[in-house]
Amino acid sequence: MSMDRQDGARFDGRVVIVGASLAGLRAAEALRAQGFKGQLTLIGDEPYPPYDRPPLSKTVLSGWLPVSHTYLPQLQDINAEWLLGVAATGLNLQEHVVELADGRRIPFDRLLITTGTRARPWPDAAQMALDGVFSIRTLDDGQRLREVLATKPERVLVIGAGFTGSEVASVCRELGLNVTVAERSAAPLAGALGGAAGMVAARFQRAHGVDLRCNVTVLALEGDANGHLSRVHLSDGDVLDVKVAVVALGAVRNVEWLLSSGLAVSARGVACDGSCRAFDANGIVLDDIFVAGDVARWPHPLYDGQLLAVEHWGNAVEQAEAAAHNMLCSPAERKPHRPLPTFWSNQFGLNIKAVGLPTVADQVVVTQGSVERKRFVAAYGRKDAWWRPWRSTCRARWASIHR
Amino acid sequence: MRIVVDLNKCQSYGQCVYAAPTIFRLHGEESLEYDYAPDDALREQVERAAAACPVQAIQIGRSSEPLPMVKRPHEADPETGKESAS
Repeated sequence: MSMDRQDGARFDGRVVIVGASLAGLRAAEALRAQGFKGQLTLIGDEPYPPYDRPPLSKTVLSGWLPVSHTYLPQLQDINAEWLLGVAATGLNLQEHVVELADGRRIPFDRLLITTGTRARPWPDAAQMALDGVFSIRTLDDGQRLREVLATKPERVLVIGAGFTGSEVASVCRELGLNVTVAERSAAPLAGALGGAAGMVAARFQRAHGVDLRCNVTVLALEGDANGHLSRVHLSDGDVLDVKVAVVALGAVRNVEWLLSSGLAVSARGVACDGSCRAFDANGIVLDDIFVAGDVARWPHPLYDGQLLAVEHWGNAVEQAEAAAHNMLCSPAERKPHRPLPTFWSNQFGLNIKAVGLPTVADQVVVTQGSVERKRFVAAYGRKDAWWRPWRSTCRARWASIHR
Repeated sequence: MRIVVDLNKCQSYGQCVYAAPTIFRLHGEESLEYDYAPDDALREQVERAAAACPVQAIQIGRSSEPLPMVKRPHEADPETGKESAS
Protein backbone atom coordinates (compact mmCIF):
# COMPACT_ATOMS: atom_id res chain seq x y z
CA MET A 1 0.00 0.00 0.00
CA SER A 2 1.20 3.46 -0.79
CA MET A 3 0.58 6.25 1.70
CA ASP A 4 1.63 8.88 -0.79
CA ARG A 5 -0.85 11.74 -0.56
CA GLN A 6 0.64 13.67 -3.45
CA ASP A 7 -1.67 11.89 -5.85
CA GLY A 8 -5.03 10.58 -4.68
CA ALA A 9 -5.16 8.02 -7.42
CA ARG A 10 -1.98 6.49 -6.01
CA PHE A 11 -3.46 5.87 -2.57
CA ASP A 12 -4.40 2.25 -2.91
CA GLY A 13 -5.02 1.28 0.69
CA ARG A 14 -8.30 0.12 2.11
CA VAL A 15 -11.09 2.60 2.76
CA VAL A 16 -13.93 1.63 5.07
CA ILE A 17 -17.11 3.71 5.28
CA VAL A 18 -19.33 3.06 8.30
CA GLY A 19 -22.85 4.25 7.53
CA ALA A 20 -24.44 3.19 4.25
CA SER A 21 -26.95 5.94 3.70
CA LEU A 22 -26.85 9.15 1.64
CA ALA A 23 -23.50 10.45 2.91
CA GLY A 24 -21.77 7.06 2.78
CA LEU A 25 -22.93 6.36 -0.76
CA ARG A 26 -22.04 9.80 -2.08
CA ALA A 27 -18.58 9.55 -0.49
CA ALA A 28 -18.00 6.16 -2.09
CA GLU A 29 -18.93 7.55 -5.50
CA ALA A 30 -16.70 10.59 -5.01
CA LEU A 31 -13.73 8.42 -4.02
CA ARG A 32 -14.03 6.41 -7.23
CA ALA A 33 -14.70 9.52 -9.31
CA GLN A 34 -11.43 10.94 -8.03
CA GLY A 35 -9.46 7.91 -9.06
CA PHE A 36 -9.33 5.84 -5.89
CA LYS A 37 -8.50 2.28 -6.98
CA GLY A 38 -8.10 0.53 -3.64
CA GLN A 39 -10.45 -1.69 -1.68
CA LEU A 40 -13.66 -0.01 -0.57
CA THR A 41 -16.07 -1.35 2.05
CA LEU A 42 -19.43 0.08 3.10
CA ILE A 43 -20.96 -1.01 6.39
CA GLY A 44 -24.60 -0.37 7.26
CA ASP A 45 -26.80 -1.61 10.08
CA GLU A 46 -29.99 -1.62 8.02
CA PRO A 47 -30.54 -4.57 5.65
CA TYR A 48 -31.35 -2.27 2.74
CA PRO A 49 -29.46 -0.45 0.02
CA PRO A 50 -29.02 3.29 0.64
CA TYR A 51 -32.43 4.95 0.42
CA ASP A 52 -33.66 8.51 0.62
CA ARG A 53 -35.42 9.55 3.81
CA PRO A 54 -37.33 12.73 2.88
CA PRO A 55 -40.17 10.89 1.09
CA LEU A 56 -40.78 8.68 4.13
CA SER A 57 -42.73 11.46 5.86
CA LYS A 58 -44.39 12.60 2.63
CA THR A 59 -45.12 10.53 -0.50
CA VAL A 60 -44.46 7.17 1.17
CA LEU A 61 -46.88 7.96 4.01
CA SER A 62 -49.50 9.30 1.66
CA GLY A 63 -49.45 5.95 -0.13
CA TRP A 64 -48.12 7.22 -3.45
CA LEU A 65 -44.56 5.87 -3.34
CA PRO A 66 -43.75 2.26 -2.29
CA VAL A 67 -40.84 2.13 0.16
CA SER A 68 -38.83 0.03 -2.26
CA HIS A 69 -38.96 2.99 -4.65
CA THR A 70 -36.92 5.19 -2.30
CA TYR A 71 -33.55 3.58 -3.05
CA LEU A 72 -31.00 6.16 -4.07
CA PRO A 73 -29.53 5.96 -7.54
CA GLN A 74 -25.89 4.98 -7.71
CA LEU A 75 -24.39 7.70 -9.85
CA GLN A 76 -21.48 5.54 -10.96
CA ASP A 77 -19.89 2.16 -10.34
CA ILE A 78 -18.19 2.03 -6.96
CA ASN A 79 -16.92 -1.56 -6.94
CA ALA A 80 -17.48 -1.82 -3.21
CA GLU A 81 -17.88 -4.61 -0.72
CA TRP A 82 -21.20 -4.07 1.08
CA LEU A 83 -21.66 -5.30 4.62
CA LEU A 84 -25.34 -4.57 5.24
CA GLY A 85 -27.60 -5.55 8.10
CA VAL A 86 -24.72 -5.54 10.55
CA ALA A 87 -23.92 -2.67 12.91
CA ALA A 88 -20.45 -1.42 13.75
CA THR A 89 -20.00 -1.75 17.50
CA GLY A 90 -16.51 -0.42 18.06
CA LEU A 91 -13.49 1.32 16.62
CA ASN A 92 -9.94 0.36 17.58
CA LEU A 93 -7.76 3.31 16.65
CA GLN A 94 -4.47 1.61 17.53
CA GLU A 95 -5.11 -1.37 15.29
CA HIS A 96 -7.12 0.57 12.68
CA VAL A 97 -9.99 -1.90 12.94
CA VAL A 98 -13.77 -1.52 12.93
CA GLU A 99 -15.54 -4.08 15.11
CA LEU A 100 -18.90 -5.45 13.97
CA ALA A 101 -21.87 -6.80 15.95
CA ASP A 102 -21.32 -10.28 14.51
CA GLY A 103 -17.74 -10.37 15.80
CA ARG A 104 -16.01 -9.60 12.54
CA ARG A 105 -13.10 -7.16 12.61
CA ILE A 106 -12.67 -5.02 9.52
CA PRO A 107 -9.25 -3.44 9.05
CA PHE A 108 -8.86 -0.12 7.28
CA ASP A 109 -6.21 2.37 6.22
CA ARG A 110 -8.62 5.27 6.11
CA LEU A 111 -12.05 5.40 7.72
CA LEU A 112 -15.07 7.56 7.01
CA ILE A 113 -17.75 7.80 9.69
CA THR A 114 -21.23 8.51 8.29
CA THR A 115 -23.46 6.80 10.86
CA GLY A 116 -25.96 9.66 10.95
CA THR A 117 -28.83 9.81 13.40
CA ARG A 118 -31.84 7.83 14.48
CA ALA A 119 -35.25 8.91 15.72
CA ARG A 120 -35.28 10.06 19.33
CA PRO A 121 -37.55 7.54 21.05
CA TRP A 122 -40.31 8.34 23.49
CA PRO A 123 -38.51 8.45 26.87
CA ASP A 124 -40.63 5.68 28.44
CA ALA A 125 -39.52 2.46 26.75
CA ALA A 126 -42.60 0.47 27.79
CA GLN A 127 -44.92 3.13 26.37
CA MET A 128 -42.82 3.36 23.20
CA ALA A 129 -43.19 -0.41 22.79
CA LEU A 130 -47.01 -0.24 22.67
CA ASP A 131 -48.58 -1.28 19.39
CA GLY A 132 -49.64 1.85 17.60
CA VAL A 133 -46.69 4.00 18.72
CA PHE A 134 -44.37 4.86 15.84
CA SER A 135 -41.21 6.71 14.99
CA ILE A 136 -40.56 7.89 11.47
CA ARG A 137 -36.96 7.67 10.38
CA THR A 138 -36.26 4.36 8.65
CA LEU A 139 -37.68 2.54 5.67
CA ASP A 140 -39.30 0.04 8.07
CA ASP A 141 -40.87 2.93 10.03
CA GLY A 142 -42.27 4.38 6.83
CA GLN A 143 -43.77 1.07 5.74
CA ARG A 144 -45.38 0.37 9.12
CA LEU A 145 -46.90 3.81 9.52
CA ARG A 146 -48.11 3.86 5.94
CA GLU A 147 -49.94 0.57 6.49
CA VAL A 148 -51.58 1.87 9.65
CA LEU A 149 -52.66 5.19 8.11
CA ALA A 150 -54.22 3.21 5.25
CA THR A 151 -56.58 1.58 7.78
CA LYS A 152 -58.08 5.05 8.42
CA PRO A 153 -57.59 5.37 12.18
CA GLU A 154 -60.07 7.73 13.81
CA ARG A 155 -57.39 10.04 15.11
CA VAL A 156 -53.61 10.26 14.96
CA LEU A 157 -51.56 11.93 17.67
CA VAL A 158 -48.30 13.51 16.54
CA ILE A 159 -45.88 14.29 19.36
CA GLY A 160 -43.64 17.16 18.35
CA ALA A 161 -44.26 19.82 15.67
CA GLY A 162 -40.83 20.06 14.10
CA PHE A 163 -40.46 19.51 10.37
CA THR A 164 -41.02 15.75 10.49
CA GLY A 165 -44.00 15.91 12.85
CA SER A 166 -45.57 18.70 10.82
CA GLU A 167 -45.10 16.78 7.58
CA VAL A 168 -46.74 13.71 9.11
CA ALA A 169 -49.65 15.85 10.33
CA SER A 170 -49.96 17.32 6.85
CA VAL A 171 -50.19 13.89 5.22
CA CYS A 172 -52.79 12.82 7.79
CA ARG A 173 -54.97 15.78 6.84
CA GLU A 174 -54.52 14.98 3.14
CA LEU A 175 -55.72 11.46 3.88
CA GLY A 176 -58.74 12.91 5.64
CA LEU A 177 -57.61 11.75 9.08
CA ASN A 178 -58.17 13.68 12.28
CA VAL A 179 -54.85 14.66 13.77
CA THR A 180 -53.84 16.17 17.07
CA VAL A 181 -50.36 17.66 17.35
CA ALA A 182 -48.83 18.20 20.78
CA GLU A 183 -45.95 20.68 20.77
CA ARG A 184 -44.23 21.64 23.97
CA SER A 185 -43.02 25.02 22.69
CA ALA A 186 -45.18 27.98 21.70
CA ALA A 187 -45.36 27.18 17.98
CA PRO A 188 -44.63 24.54 15.35
CA LEU A 189 -41.27 24.72 13.54
CA ALA A 190 -40.15 27.29 16.11
CA GLY A 191 -36.99 25.36 16.90
CA ALA A 192 -35.76 25.68 13.32
CA LEU A 193 -37.43 28.87 12.07
CA GLY A 194 -38.03 30.91 15.22
CA GLY A 195 -41.17 32.03 17.00
CA ALA A 196 -42.48 34.51 14.42
CA ALA A 197 -42.41 32.05 11.54
CA GLY A 198 -43.73 29.44 13.94
CA MET A 199 -46.84 31.52 14.59
CA VAL A 200 -47.44 31.70 10.84
CA ALA A 201 -47.02 27.92 10.59
CA ALA A 202 -49.50 27.46 13.46
CA ARG A 203 -52.09 29.47 11.56
CA PHE A 204 -51.61 27.42 8.40
CA GLN A 205 -51.83 24.14 10.31
CA ARG A 206 -55.06 25.11 12.05
CA ALA A 207 -56.52 26.35 8.78
CA HIS A 208 -55.91 22.82 7.47
CA GLY A 209 -57.87 21.32 10.31
CA VAL A 210 -55.06 20.24 12.62
CA ASP A 211 -55.94 20.12 16.30
CA LEU A 212 -52.69 21.89 17.18
CA ARG A 213 -51.89 22.20 20.86
CA CYS A 214 -48.87 24.33 21.67
CA ASN A 215 -47.27 24.60 25.09
CA VAL A 216 -48.67 21.14 25.66
CA THR A 217 -46.75 17.98 26.46
CA VAL A 218 -47.83 14.37 26.46
CA LEU A 219 -47.76 13.03 30.00
CA ALA A 220 -48.38 9.36 29.26
CA LEU A 221 -49.27 6.90 26.55
CA GLU A 222 -51.65 4.30 27.92
CA GLY A 223 -52.10 0.81 26.54
CA ASP A 224 -54.98 -1.63 26.72
CA ALA A 225 -54.78 -5.23 27.97
CA ASN A 226 -53.40 -6.33 24.60
CA GLY A 227 -50.55 -3.87 24.68
CA HIS A 228 -52.13 -1.58 22.12
CA LEU A 229 -52.14 2.18 22.53
CA SER A 230 -55.61 3.25 23.61
CA ARG A 231 -55.38 6.62 25.32
CA VAL A 232 -53.04 9.55 25.82
CA HIS A 233 -52.85 12.01 28.68
CA LEU A 234 -51.95 15.60 27.80
CA SER A 235 -50.63 18.32 30.05
CA ASP A 236 -53.63 20.53 29.24
CA GLY A 237 -55.73 18.03 31.17
CA ASP A 238 -57.23 16.37 28.14
CA VAL A 239 -57.36 12.62 27.72
CA LEU A 240 -57.67 11.47 24.10
CA ASP A 241 -58.75 8.10 22.78
CA VAL A 242 -56.15 7.39 20.11
CA LYS A 243 -54.78 4.17 18.70
CA VAL A 244 -51.97 5.69 16.65
CA ALA A 245 -49.25 8.03 17.91
CA VAL A 246 -46.20 9.24 15.98
CA VAL A 247 -43.21 10.26 18.07
CA ALA A 248 -41.43 13.08 16.23
CA LEU A 249 -39.03 14.41 18.84
CA GLY A 250 -36.02 14.94 16.64
CA ALA A 251 -32.95 12.80 16.23
CA VAL A 252 -30.23 11.18 18.29
CA ARG A 253 -26.74 10.86 16.82
CA ASN A 254 -25.43 7.36 16.27
CA VAL A 255 -22.21 7.72 18.26
CA GLU A 256 -22.50 4.95 20.86
CA TRP A 257 -20.19 2.62 18.91
CA LEU A 258 -17.47 5.29 19.18
CA LEU A 259 -17.81 6.24 22.85
CA SER A 260 -14.73 4.31 23.95
CA SER A 261 -12.79 4.78 20.73
CA GLY A 262 -10.72 7.75 21.85
CA LEU A 263 -12.33 10.09 19.32
CA ALA A 264 -13.87 13.40 20.37
CA VAL A 265 -17.41 12.08 20.64
CA SER A 266 -20.45 13.27 22.53
CA ALA A 267 -24.21 13.12 22.16
CA ARG A 268 -23.83 16.14 19.88
CA GLY A 269 -21.79 14.18 17.35
CA VAL A 270 -18.24 13.37 16.29
CA ALA A 271 -16.05 16.46 16.21
CA CYS A 272 -13.89 17.03 13.17
CA ASP A 273 -11.99 19.89 11.55
CA GLY A 274 -12.96 21.89 8.50
CA SER A 275 -11.45 19.23 6.25
CA CYS A 276 -13.65 16.52 7.86
CA ARG A 277 -10.72 14.90 9.75
CA ALA A 278 -11.81 13.63 13.17
CA PHE A 279 -10.42 15.04 16.39
CA ASP A 280 -9.30 12.63 19.04
CA ALA A 281 -10.34 13.15 22.65
CA ASN A 282 -7.30 15.40 23.15
CA GLY A 283 -8.30 17.65 20.30
CA ILE A 284 -5.59 16.32 17.99
CA VAL A 285 -6.55 15.94 14.36
CA LEU A 286 -6.30 12.40 13.00
CA ASP A 287 -5.19 12.12 9.38
CA ASP A 288 -6.86 8.79 8.66
CA ILE A 289 -10.28 9.15 10.28
CA PHE A 290 -12.92 11.29 8.56
CA VAL A 291 -16.50 12.26 9.43
CA ALA A 292 -19.41 13.48 7.29
CA GLY A 293 -23.16 13.98 7.36
CA ASP A 294 -25.59 14.26 10.27
CA VAL A 295 -23.17 12.77 12.79
CA ALA A 296 -20.37 15.30 12.12
CA ARG A 297 -19.68 18.50 14.07
CA TRP A 298 -17.21 20.87 12.56
CA PRO A 299 -16.11 24.49 13.02
CA HIS A 300 -17.97 26.66 10.51
CA PRO A 301 -16.24 29.96 9.68
CA LEU A 302 -19.60 31.62 8.97
CA TYR A 303 -20.72 30.99 12.52
CA ASP A 304 -17.70 32.13 14.53
CA GLY A 305 -16.02 28.78 14.13
CA GLN A 306 -18.54 27.16 16.44
CA LEU A 307 -18.84 23.42 16.07
CA LEU A 308 -21.88 23.04 13.90
CA ALA A 309 -23.92 19.92 13.23
CA VAL A 310 -26.74 20.08 10.72
CA GLU A 311 -29.15 17.36 9.74
CA HIS A 312 -29.71 18.54 6.21
CA TRP A 313 -29.86 16.42 3.06
CA GLY A 314 -27.63 18.85 1.17
CA ASN A 315 -24.99 18.84 3.89
CA ALA A 316 -24.77 15.05 3.84
CA VAL A 317 -24.01 15.21 0.12
CA GLU A 318 -21.52 18.09 0.23
CA GLN A 319 -19.65 17.00 3.32
CA ALA A 320 -19.34 13.47 1.95
CA GLU A 321 -17.80 14.84 -1.24
CA ALA A 322 -15.44 17.09 0.72
CA ALA A 323 -14.40 14.21 2.96
CA ALA A 324 -13.76 11.96 -0.04
CA HIS A 325 -11.59 14.61 -1.67
CA ASN A 326 -9.63 15.18 1.53
CA MET A 327 -9.15 11.45 2.08
CA LEU A 328 -7.19 11.26 -1.16
CA CYS A 329 -5.48 14.61 -1.62
CA SER A 330 -2.18 16.00 -0.46
CA PRO A 331 -2.25 18.26 2.64
CA ALA A 332 -1.86 21.36 0.47
CA GLU A 333 -4.93 20.43 -1.55
CA ARG A 334 -7.36 19.95 1.30
CA LYS A 335 -10.67 21.67 0.77
CA PRO A 336 -12.61 23.24 3.63
CA HIS A 337 -16.21 22.22 4.11
CA ARG A 338 -18.00 25.52 4.60
CA PRO A 339 -21.35 25.43 2.86
CA LEU A 340 -24.23 27.75 3.50
CA PRO A 341 -26.79 25.47 5.15
CA THR A 342 -29.95 24.99 3.10
CA PHE A 343 -33.04 22.91 3.62
CA TRP A 344 -36.62 22.51 2.46
CA SER A 345 -39.90 21.14 3.71
CA ASN A 346 -43.24 20.50 2.04
CA GLN A 347 -46.31 20.65 4.24
CA PHE A 348 -49.86 21.97 4.32
CA GLY A 349 -49.67 23.14 0.75
CA LEU A 350 -46.49 25.10 1.45
CA ASN A 351 -43.00 24.78 0.08
CA ILE A 352 -40.65 26.13 2.74
CA LYS A 353 -37.01 26.72 1.88
CA ALA A 354 -34.30 28.18 4.06
CA VAL A 355 -30.75 29.31 3.37
CA GLY A 356 -28.47 29.95 6.32
CA LEU A 357 -29.25 29.31 9.95
CA PRO A 358 -32.40 31.03 11.23
CA THR A 359 -31.59 29.94 14.77
CA VAL A 360 -28.63 32.31 15.15
CA ALA A 361 -30.80 35.34 14.30
CA ASP A 362 -32.56 37.62 16.74
CA GLN A 363 -34.65 39.54 14.22
CA VAL A 364 -36.84 38.52 11.32
CA VAL A 365 -38.69 40.64 8.76
CA VAL A 366 -40.83 39.81 5.78
CA THR A 367 -38.97 41.36 2.85
CA GLN A 368 -41.12 40.27 -0.08
CA GLY A 369 -44.63 38.99 -0.66
CA SER A 370 -47.34 38.65 1.89
CA VAL A 371 -48.02 36.28 4.73
CA GLU A 372 -51.76 36.52 4.05
CA ARG A 373 -51.26 35.32 0.50
CA LYS A 374 -48.99 32.57 1.79
CA ARG A 375 -46.12 33.64 -0.44
CA PHE A 376 -43.32 35.50 1.17
CA VAL A 377 -39.62 35.81 1.82
CA ALA A 378 -38.40 36.42 5.35
CA ALA A 379 -34.89 37.60 6.14
CA TYR A 380 -33.25 36.68 9.42
CA GLY A 381 -30.58 38.86 10.95
CA ARG A 382 -28.80 39.93 14.07
CA LYS A 383 -28.71 43.32 15.72
CA ASP A 384 -24.94 43.15 15.95
CA ALA A 385 -24.59 42.32 12.29
CA TRP A 386 -23.61 45.82 11.17
CA TRP A 387 -19.96 44.92 11.42
CA ARG A 388 -20.36 41.58 9.73
CA PRO A 389 -22.96 41.83 7.01
CA TRP A 390 -22.83 38.12 6.27
CA ARG A 391 -24.49 37.53 9.57
CA SER A 392 -27.79 38.38 8.02
CA THR A 393 -27.51 35.66 5.43
CA CYS A 394 -30.53 33.58 6.33
CA ARG A 395 -33.45 33.84 4.00
CA ALA A 396 -36.54 31.71 4.30
CA ARG A 397 -38.96 31.44 1.45
CA TRP A 398 -42.52 30.27 1.86
CA ALA A 399 -44.42 29.66 -1.27
CA SER A 400 -48.03 28.79 -1.28
CA ILE A 401 -48.96 25.80 -3.33
CA HIS A 402 -52.60 26.81 -3.53
CA ARG A 403 -52.99 30.46 -4.36
CA MET B 1 -33.65 2.78 -13.33
CA ARG B 2 -33.26 5.06 -10.35
CA ILE B 3 -33.18 8.82 -9.98
CA VAL B 4 -33.00 11.48 -7.28
CA VAL B 5 -33.85 15.17 -7.37
CA ASP B 6 -31.96 17.76 -5.36
CA LEU B 7 -34.93 19.63 -3.89
CA ASN B 8 -32.66 22.41 -2.65
CA LYS B 9 -31.98 23.21 -6.29
CA CYS B 10 -35.50 22.53 -7.59
CA GLN B 11 -37.38 25.75 -8.30
CA SER B 12 -40.57 24.07 -9.49
CA TYR B 13 -40.23 25.10 -13.13
CA GLY B 14 -42.16 21.94 -13.90
CA GLN B 15 -40.33 21.02 -17.11
CA CYS B 16 -39.89 17.47 -15.82
CA VAL B 17 -43.63 17.15 -15.29
CA TYR B 18 -44.23 17.89 -18.97
CA ALA B 19 -41.43 15.56 -20.10
CA ALA B 20 -42.32 12.60 -17.88
CA PRO B 21 -45.77 13.11 -16.38
CA THR B 22 -46.07 9.69 -14.78
CA ILE B 23 -42.75 10.08 -12.94
CA PHE B 24 -42.86 13.70 -11.79
CA ARG B 25 -45.81 15.65 -10.45
CA LEU B 26 -46.33 18.92 -8.71
CA HIS B 27 -48.27 18.74 -5.52
CA GLY B 28 -50.12 21.99 -5.97
CA GLU B 29 -47.98 24.53 -7.78
CA GLU B 30 -44.61 24.27 -6.15
CA SER B 31 -43.98 21.00 -4.41
CA LEU B 32 -42.26 18.42 -6.59
CA GLU B 33 -43.02 14.76 -5.99
CA TYR B 34 -41.43 12.00 -8.03
CA ASP B 35 -40.87 8.28 -8.35
CA TYR B 36 -37.25 7.34 -7.55
CA ALA B 37 -37.56 4.09 -9.49
CA PRO B 38 -39.12 4.69 -12.92
CA ASP B 39 -39.68 1.72 -15.16
CA ASP B 40 -36.80 1.22 -17.60
CA ALA B 41 -39.26 1.61 -20.45
CA LEU B 42 -39.57 5.28 -19.49
CA ARG B 43 -35.84 5.97 -19.62
CA GLU B 44 -36.08 8.21 -22.66
CA GLN B 45 -38.71 10.38 -20.97
CA VAL B 46 -36.67 10.60 -17.78
CA GLU B 47 -33.50 11.51 -19.69
CA ARG B 48 -35.45 14.25 -21.46
CA ALA B 49 -36.76 15.53 -18.14
CA ALA B 50 -33.26 15.66 -16.67
CA ALA B 51 -31.94 17.48 -19.73
CA ALA B 52 -34.83 19.96 -19.65
CA CYS B 53 -34.44 20.88 -15.98
CA PRO B 54 -33.29 24.52 -15.92
CA VAL B 55 -31.38 24.02 -12.65
CA GLN B 56 -30.14 20.50 -13.45
CA ALA B 57 -31.58 19.12 -10.23
CA ILE B 58 -32.32 15.61 -11.55
CA GLN B 59 -29.64 12.96 -11.17
CA ILE B 60 -29.90 9.62 -12.92
CA GLY B 61 -28.22 6.45 -11.71
CA ARG B 62 -25.40 5.50 -14.10
CA SER B 63 -24.12 2.36 -12.44
CA SER B 64 -24.58 -1.12 -13.82
CA GLU B 65 -23.81 -2.69 -10.45
CA PRO B 66 -26.68 -4.64 -8.86
CA LEU B 67 -28.37 -3.21 -5.77
CA PRO B 68 -26.69 -4.46 -2.64
CA MET B 69 -29.42 -6.41 -0.92
CA VAL B 70 -29.53 -8.41 2.25
CA LYS B 71 -33.26 -8.78 2.47
CA ARG B 72 -36.17 -7.71 0.39
CA PRO B 73 -38.13 -4.86 1.86
CA HIS B 74 -41.61 -6.06 2.61
CA GLU B 75 -43.57 -7.34 -0.28
CA ALA B 76 -44.29 -3.95 -1.76
CA ASP B 77 -42.46 -4.16 -5.06
CA PRO B 78 -40.75 -7.38 -5.98
CA GLU B 79 -39.48 -6.07 -9.30
CA THR B 80 -37.13 -3.58 -7.68
CA GLY B 81 -35.52 -6.29 -5.58
CA LYS B 82 -33.18 -6.66 -8.49
CA GLU B 83 -31.89 -3.62 -10.28
CA SER B 84 -31.70 -3.90 -14.01
CA ALA B 85 -28.60 -2.83 -15.84
CA SER B 86 -28.55 0.69 -17.21
